[in-house]
Amino acid sequence: MPADFNWAIGGEAGDGIDSTGKIFAQALSRAGRHVFTSKDFASRIRGGYTAYKVRTAVDPVQSVVDRLDVLIALTPRTIEENLDELHEGSVIIYDGERTTMEDVEIPEGMIGLEVPLKRLAEEAGGAIMRNVVALGAACEVAEFPIENLDSALEKRFGSKGQQLVDNNKEAARKGQDYVDEEYDHEFDYDLETTDEDYVLLNGDEAIGMGAIAAGCKFYAGYPITPATDVMEYLTGRIENFGGHVVQAEDELSAINLALGAARAGARSMTATSGPGIDLMTETFGLVATSETPLVICDVMRSGPSTGMPTKQEQGDLDMLLYGGHGEIPRFVLAPTTISECFWKTVEAFNLAEKYQTPVYLTADLSLAVTEQTFSPEEFDMDEVEIDRGKVVDDDTISEWQNEKGQFKPHAITDDGVSPRAFPGTVDGAHMTTGLEHDELGRRTEDTDLRVEQVDKRNRKVETARSEEDWSPREFGDPDSENLVVSWGSNEGAMVEAIDLLEEEGVDVRFLSIPYMFPRFDLNEAFEDAEEVVVVECNATGQFADVVEHDTLTRVKRVNKYNGVRFKADELAEDIKQTLEA
Amino acid sequence: MSSEIRFTDFKSDKQPTWCPGCGDFGTMNGMMKALANTGNDPDNTFVVAGIGCSGKIGTYMHSYALHGVHGRALPVGAGVKLANPDLEVMVAGGDGDGYSIGAGHFVHAVRRNVDMTYVVMDNRIYGLTKGQASPTSREDFETSTTPDGPQQPPVNPMALALASGATFIAQSFSTDAQRHAEIVQKAIEHDGFGFVNVFSPCVTFNDVDTYDYFRDSLVDLAEEDHDPTDYDDAKDAILDGNKEYQGVIWQNEESVPYGEKHGVTEDMSQVDEGAPEGAMDLVREFY
Ligand SMILES: Cc1ncc(C[n+]2csc(CCOP(=O)(O)OP(=O)(O)O)c2C)c(N)n1
Ligand code: SF4
Repeated sequence: MPADFNWAIGGEAGDGIDSTGKIFAQALSRAGRHVFTSKDFASRIRGGYTAYKVRTAVDPVQSVVDRLDVLIALTPRTIEENLDELHEGSVIIYDGERTTMEDVEIPEGMIGLEVPLKRLAEEAGGAIMRNVVALGAACEVAEFPIENLDSALEKRFGSKGQQLVDNNKEAARKGQDYVDEEYDHEFDYDLETTDEDYVLLNGDEAIGMGAIAAGCKFYAGYPITPATDVMEYLTGRIENFGGHVVQAEDELSAINLALGAARAGARSMTATSGPGIDLMTETFGLVATSETPLVICDVMRSGPSTGMPTKQEQGDLDMLLYGGHGEIPRFVLAPTTISECFWKTVEAFNLAEKYQTPVYLTADLSLAVTEQTFSPEEFDMDEVEIDRGKVVDDDTISEWQNEKGQFKPHAITDDGVSPRAFPGTVDGAHMTTGLEHDELGRRTEDTDLRVEQVDKRNRKVETARSEEDWSPREFGDPDSENLVVSWGSNEGAMVEAIDLLEEEGVDVRFLSIPYMFPRFDLNEAFEDAEEVVVVECNATGQFADVVEHDTLTRVKRVNKYNGVRFKADELAEDIKQTLEA
Repeated sequence: MSSEIRFTDFKSDKQPTWCPGCGDFGTMNGMMKALANTGNDPDNTFVVAGIGCSGKIGTYMHSYALHGVHGRALPVGAGVKLANPDLEVMVAGGDGDGYSIGAGHFVHAVRRNVDMTYVVMDNRIYGLTKGQASPTSREDFETSTTPDGPQQPPVNPMALALASGATFIAQSFSTDAQRHAEIVQKAIEHDGFGFVNVFSPCVTFNDVDTYDYFRDSLVDLAEEDHDPTDYDDAKDAILDGNKEYQGVIWQNEESVPYGEKHGVTEDMSQVDEGAPEGAMDLVREFY
């Protein structure tokens, strides 16, 4: 019996797949088990296959694997779609009384559990609960105490009344009893529970929570998969902390609203995905030139154009590093885990304000929409530090005025950072613009002033390079001659791949890079390595190119761009082969 | 402080580079007068401008100001106002800026109804790019890019505003100084989005919609039997294609600005030293 258990529910979009999966994931988390979820979904609301997968273990899990132990199949296609992951002994729960599932064929060696989901649900109070009947059946198969499911059902339906909760509990019992009574099979699973208290959340939620923790008060956005969850999270919550969310008419408006709020002194943010970043790029230049602190979050999906909106890719790096006309100093942060989505968001606000620079915060679809368990201490709010940078007030503004008493919002300084006066500050009235300007913010085409301002803005990057910590996260064997480098959500799969590789006698040192710009200097690590492999979810190796540029050394590449994230076992195999090649 | 404020306090020491005789001088002076008359001072005023000759206004005024990108000044203004409702926010732009590249934002700014003032310097031409047709240019107006005229009817900005649910619509003429300042003042005093389309002639590129033309054709609604709080009166004036009006055309007395409606009334510029109180509850939600 493997240490971890892999479960999925699949059917058509509109079948309630997501909420059912989430209930099960929550039940496991509440039972003190670690959980990692993933979603297969199509960009349609009805019709179209969709699945919610849960991997769970008592030890931490942080990636998906190529294996499925129990599958709740609401449609025949669900079985087809998952054939690769199903194995000898896998259990498939289905409703044989459902017309489309009547003649469904259970692949050889697997166990088909026919459970009349709909009929049992109706007996419990309504056909709508058929997925919950299936969950009850799954609890029986996995020997998972059904009380934990009850607790998740209470959380989910509690606000809608006790009757509904009771009906659902009853539905789950019916599924459980049915399997118990109709099948005398010994299943392989026995999901233990622990006393741990975990929280279960996804990357978008972690970003939203990080924003509130960082004192963000203003958010403007336009819905787009997979970034919308950030806006949905903030809506209704940020108000409790004195903030507000505006749903703008488009991304052009969203970033300009956010820019306005930032100029008024609020910590401000917008989030979008690739196509929205394209639209925001014009204003991105204005944000940088006017030296406005702004956090712009790009939750990457697969492109170009509308690409595959519901699929994984890390294809926007070039855009984030180089997008925009002219030369634009910026920071690009890329959290590598869900909990890092929280911390990097907090950091993004501090960097934006300290250096008065736009900060791109990029997550990828896999980080954004999948959930993972953490102990709540991972999000210890006491650890949150706020740094607003060089803000001047009524008393200190005189230090930054010229002889005529005019405030210099773009004063030339050694560290490249100028003073900031929020509107309302007495004698601080000043102009900002996207045009090249002098220290007062007024337009200029003077050749010397142009050079001074360009240098000043670029100097912020140099200051940040020396003052901040841009270190990567390091894993594996520090002395290994095999160096693996990656960014974004690949970390989880890679960390598990390290163990799998070790079993095969391959040792690696792994650096997971959370800062795309400014970056950690990889030269030393490269000197110590025989082989370097860069892992990323795109076709051309955008980060590999950057790394080659930085180190003047050729690297090997592992790229995946079919729209699905790396799986730990598959990644281990790819790395092994690449190292041997 | 406000009682001592004069309109010249809103003047910067930068000399405008507008062509001598440009309507924008008068438009700006009226805005400054209106700001002073409503008790504002430069330190509580935020002026946002777009791109165009009109967009240069923020440079010549003295206040907190942002000169943005083409067509997108309105969302910036809304962001400023929502983040700090204590500020007086004015957005200025041209007809190209507001009704062409920014038309989408215009419609939504109108329906969002944030309490700010939008002044459009309508010269019925693109001035800064040297004389191409704008969305308010006449159908037969010959320009470098439309040698036979645009051959499309001009946008009626007031109709667009009315259809979008505007709560305040006015029109003025930059050179009629007293009246123009008075109209902008009413827009500032309005609770909600105050929209003023200002005829602000371009003496360099537009020889049709000239000072003489407006002087001869303008009808002042104050001298007509017009009730700006009567929707039908407003609609009739706006859809009357034969006349150019000045004055407040429509004012919805029931207007509740966005900020009040959504409870966004506090200055957002202050932030706690660490995570805000109660932030740990956010984590507990995920149990
Ligand atoms: C994205 C973008 N497209 C085009 C331009 C060029 N451009 C500058 S001003 C302008 C037209 C301005 O016309 P209007 O808004 O009527 O203002 P006016 O100059 O007449 O006051 C254009 C097209 C630009 N700056 N940005
Ligand atoms: S070109 Fe026209 S709009 Fe521009 S400054 Fe000259 S007169 Fe005014």
